Amino acid sequence: MKKSLFISTLAAAGMAAGFASAGTLQDVQAAGVLKCGTGTGQVGFSAPDANGYWEGIDVAVCRAIAAAVLNDKDAVEFVPLTSKVRFSSLTSGEVDLLSRTTTWTFSRDVDLALTFVGINYYDGQGFMVPTDLGVSSALELDGATICIQTGTTTELNLADYFRSNGMSFEPVPIDTTAEAQASYIAGACDVYTTDSSALASARSSFENPDDHVILPEIISKEPLGPLVRHGDDQWADVVRWVMNALIAAEELGITSANLETLAAGTNNPEINRFMGTEGNLGEMLGLDADWAARAISAGGNYGEIFESTIGESTPIGLARGLNAQWTQGGLMYSPPFR
Amino acid sequence: MTDHSFVRTEMLPEQPAPLGETGILLWLKTNMFSGIANSIASVVTIVIIYILAKEIILWGYQPSWGLGSVRACFDDPNVTGACWGVIPERFNQLMYGFYPKDEQWRINLSFFLMVAAIAPVLFNKIPRKAIYFSLLYPFIAFWLIWGDSIWGPIAALAGFAIAYGAIRVLNPVAGAIVGITTGVLLALVWWLFAAVPASVIVNGVIPIELEVVQSRNIGGLTLSVIIGISGIALSFPIGVILALGRQSDMFIVKVLCVGFIEFIRGVPLITLLFVASILLNYFLPPGTSFDLLLRVVIVVTLFSAAYLAEVVRGGLAALPTGQYEAADALGLDYWKSMRLIIMPQALKISIPGIVSNFIGLFKDTTLVSIIGLLDPVGLINAIRGTAEWKGILWELYIFLALMFWIFTFAMSRYSMYLERKLKTGH
Repeated sequence: MKKSLFISTLAAAGMAAGFASAGTLQDVQAAGVLKCGTGTGQVGFSAPDANGYWEGIDVAVCRAIAAAVLNDKDAVEFVPLTSKVRFSSLTSGEVDLLSRTTTWTFSRDVDLALTFVGINYYDGQGFMVPTDLGVSSALELDGATICIQTGTTTELNLADYFRSNGMSFEPVPIDTTAEAQASYIAGACDVYTTDSSALASARSSFENPDDHVILPEIISKEPLGPLVRHGDDQWADVVRWVMNALIAAEELGITSANLETLAAGTNNPEINRFMGTEGNLGEMLGLDADWAARAISAGGNYGEIFESTIGESTPIGLARGLNAQWTQGGLMYSPPFR
Repeated sequence: MTDHSFVRTEMLPEQPAPLGETGILLWLKTNMFSGIANSIASVVTIVIIYILAKEIILWGYQPSWGLGSVRACFDDPNVTGACWGVIPERFNQLMYGFYPKDEQWRINLSFFLMVAAIAPVLFNKIPRKAIYFSLLYPFIAFWLIWGDSIWGPIAALAGFAIAYGAIRVLNPVAGAIVGITTGVLLALVWWLFAAVPASVIVNGVIPIELEVVQSRNIGGLTLSVIIGISGIALSFPIGVILALGRQSDMFIVKVLCVGFIEFIRGVPLITLLFVASILLNYFLPPGTSFDLLLRVVIVVTLFSAAYLAEVVRGGLAALPTGQYEAADALGLDYWKSMRLIIMPQALKISIPGIVSNFIGLFKDTTLVSIIGLLDPVGLINAIRGTAEWKGILWELYIFLALMFWIFTFAMSRYSMYLERKLKTGH
């Protein structure tokens, strides 16, 4: 109780600070650089390459927003944030935007006074087992020893899942991801459980990935997305609609390859509105007409970003699954550009 | 009485000592096989060391220095152990963080100048005049590392010159108190109101600039050294003053010093780092961006100063009361007696403690990875977050351990040298 009071006081102070300054959009435009809070190194989501250039699906969101707002996808100052400091860095104004594999939950949205503006990856907790265990479903795991990171929601999800299915398990509590993988490889447990994207990237880093299989059951919902401070609706709109633009572009067939041709004007009025050749959507948002086209030019549409960062052509090799377009049986759905 | 049948007339040639009483065999006998229990222990130890060394060397000696990813190491049939390719590929990053490649000579130059600036402090064979360079060094290093106009650091330096000039002029005329107060006030006025415009104006006339590099881009071992060295250099004087303050007869000074020391020592460093990274932002007016690196240096300095104060206090307490009384009997005032009699002895006693404190501080700099600064440990996490190097662990940490060992071992050897040099006992 005391802790939450303390946090809300801090959050209130942060909001007061937010109100005191001009809108975040104006601040970003005045500074000429977007301060984007991102992870300190998660495969496929955010990591620096050998030249210090940040890459990943979370990073791509920041670059798209910088391209839309500042007309330069590299006008981003990446602030690597650990999971402990990420929310306070956002509320205190140290970053303009947090794009860091953060699960959208009720308490974070409501109690911490943050605004989640979209979802760039639908994740969920899964299980990985050695192939020679001969298990094909999580329901066959009764009595298994399971490597699990302590103090995470995955621990609670796991207990819930086993209880509701009337099964028992023996937890092997472990502190860090690296340690958990090492224990699993060393055979300290039969099963390793965490978010399925992390399982896939762990599997890809094993010496023999084919010796391990990720079970089909997903036992929790982990919608990951970017978030901004409460109380600055204009900025939230900008970030939300850049996200939507990435998703809608894939649906409309706008890619980084055909962007130039489509920008000249087409017979499809929605594409025209999207590209800014018709209507004044950009003006409503406080940006210029071709904001969405610039966002796409940063790294392509959502599908292209997915493929180049975590998709099947990368070592991580995640299938689209829930993250396919709604027209393809997935959950990616953008409201219309109208 | 000549019943001697034989008298040797010449000396026998010297014989070599019996086998087992000299050289390696004697050493083995006395040190390793001096009894049954010791022999068994020695053999067991040797076998264990052999097995460990064999495993480590077999694991470490691999032709994997040129490979570009963990997967490449797995696929190469010649590589059965360590995957060293990550070190050359990310060496630059581990050393400099994201510092622009074309500007890295500035870091190297600062480092060499740092060695030159520290030398007069460490060794008394170097001419005393060189200490002026040591005093100038922080300004030079600041300009080299962060860039921008050279006139900024010079303007900051000018503040000290103004204070010094005012004190020199006013002291004989108006007395020490007026002189010092006026000097400090003048310097403050200069720093607050005149220094920035002056440096901008001068830079407009004679522009000498280096490309600006944000603190955010400074990382790797450079970051550790910056935090470590500034922490060590700043915490030492503060620690000594706190130690003296704690022993002081003046009530307020004593209470302040005790309160500060006990507060800082009662709080874990990581908590203070969180305060620096998160809480300070809430208290500062919105829009002010008080450099995170600077905040961290301040926190690390205060933390180390509190510990150092207690180490020095130990040295002060170890001095016989006679030394204090002798200083008083000579008619020295407080500062003179401290400077000439007490401190040289107290600090000499505390050398091992002080150096351990510094080594601890240097190693503690890796904690900043928890607040998201990309020191070597933070960078290792980031490197392990790339698809190429996911799953790599020992290679990076071994490399990092080696880097830190070089620095800490040098510090420890220096402390032993200093103890020998200052040894006055018999």
